[in-house]
Amino acid sequence: MITTSGLTKVYRSRGREVTALDGVDLHVREGEVYGVIGQSGAGKSSLIRCVNLLERPTSGTVTVAGQDLTALAGRGPRAGKELRRARSRIGMVFQHFNLLSSRTVQENVELPLEILGTSGRERSRKALELLDLVGLGDKAKVYPAQLSGGQKQRVGIARALAGDPKVLLSDEATSALDPETTRSILQLLRDLNQQLGLTVLLITHEMDVVKSICDSAALMEQGRIVESGTVSELLATPGSELAAALFPVGGEASGADRTVLDVTFHGEAATQPVISQLSRTYNIDISILGAAIDTVGGLQVGRMRIELPGRYEDNVVPVGFLREQGLQIDVVGSEGQEPALVKEGAK
Amino acid sequence: MTWSEMQPLLSQACWDTLYMVGWSTLIAVVGGLPLGVLLVLTDRGGLLQNVLANKVIGQIVNIARSMPFIILMVALMTFTRWITGTTIGREAAIVPLAIGAIPFFARLVETAVREVDGGLVEAVQSMGGNTWTVVRKVLVPEALPSLISSTTTTIVALIGYSAMAGTVGAGGLGDIAIRYGYQRFETELMWITVAILAVVISVIQFAGDYSARGLHRRGGHSGPAPRLRLLKAKEPAAADAGQAV
Repeated sequence: MITTSGLTKVYRSRGREVTALDGVDLHVREGEVYGVIGQSGAGKSSLIRCVNLLERPTSGTVTVAGQDLTALAGRGPRAGKELRRARSRIGMVFQHFNLLSSRTVQENVELPLEILGTSGRERSRKALELLDLVGLGDKAKVYPAQLSGGQKQRVGIARALAGDPKVLLSDEATSALDPETTRSILQLLRDLNQQLGLTVLLITHEMDVVKSICDSAALMEQGRIVESGTVSELLATPGSELAAALFPVGGEASGADRTVLDVTFHGEAATQPVISQLSRTYNIDISILGAAIDTVGGLQVGRMRIELPGRYEDNVVPVGFLREQGLQIDVVGSEGQEPALVKEGAK
Repeated sequence: MTWSEMQPLLSQACWDTLYMVGWSTLIAVVGGLPLGVLLVLTDRGGLLQNVLANKVIGQIVNIARSMPFIILMVALMTFTRWITGTTIGREAAIVPLAIGAIPFFARLVETAVREVDGGLVEAVQSMGGNTWTVVRKVLVPEALPSLISSTTTTIVALIGYSAMAGTVGAGGLGDIAIRYGYQRFETELMWITVAILAVVISVIQFAGDYSARGLHRRGGHSGPAPRLRLLKAKEPAAADAGQAV
């Protein structure tokens, strides 16, 4: 649905060049919720703005719903007619809502329809319908200043849907909201994704957002996508930073000569009593440092951090046993540091 | 001078002042609004970025602003005659008043429009709106409370300028105050004129503030939003208003 290839964006100011995007290849399938996560300055905002060409990429192409937008852009800085038409079919939701304070809620939702040239009666019918959809049917005549943050974002979402888009871009839509409101807005996005078959590309710096609604995710660092895939693929990737951050388990080794393993269960393996089998088979004592079961992207996943006596070299056989059972094993500390995002999350 | 002698003089003068100020305000708004918007749009990072055009417009505005009104009036004589067919009277005074007020108002518009949150511009662009849509649906409506305040400031400044219109025989309250009050020592008449001016200006200021505040209260702000490059504040409105008369 959305494909970018070799997307590069270089900002030039006063002779200095800053590379915000450095060859980004992104592929968002139709009907999925795709999350791009990264710290500030990683290039997420530039990426999402390049998708509807609010920012012109320096090079590379953007294809949305089979249409090459970069080809429509023309050479001048202003958006031509065709690009504007294409943009009207891509909804966008903003961190700071960006509602017009001079218009009522209903008039705000009608704005994209005015731009499309829809008739007055049709506009108000559609706007009221959308406000009902986002649960604000009774606030049509109210001004945005009288709404709470969550309600404003609902209006923003209703507005983004006015042009019947197939694709919704969400630029940190929940970052200005409290956790409770964040959850309800994410739930709304998820519902819309399922009811309307809407493809959602969202950028965020909050791991919880990815965890609660994304089917796929990508991790951005310094203008590059360093990891990407569906959530289950990521969780099945040994050593995946994103997986570790999506699903962190705590616990420090109790001594120097211990082996700490992160065991991830999903699918069949989750039902097997592997830990007690391991203990009985090799006659070793296992301590559990931390464990959790969670739903990530709609999948039940369990993760456990266990400690075996002895160094890693002494435990090659038990680790092999666990891997044979179809479990995913990450040896903690063997490759040095913990992933950066985990530490970020711990803060 | 008795009241019955003063009364027709004063009512004529009031009417003359309102006539001149009314028309020149109208022309100043019609001319200054697009100019001010253009100053923002053509600026670096603006939607119609054109550094050369921006510099040229900016320079013209600055030159026109720096000219004392009485000199502007004299300098524009030929132009005034070309437009109105005369250089004397109320109509002739409207031309320099309007020409003087256009750049003044344009700067105020520029400041007001720069205050509009850049995120709103981006939102409308993402809906497929073009630059004209952005101007019509975002910049002007969102800046409306400030634009009304700017208009009030312009009217008050024009009432001040119009006192000098007497020099071209246009009449008005300022003219009465000088010719009768100052030159013929009719102190009483002068004080009455001053009082009328004070009342008129207070009423205009009140009406302007009231409507601007009404709009502002209705709208409020939609959240703390980062200002885009488009909207970096250049000079505060206060600095402009201070130079008014």
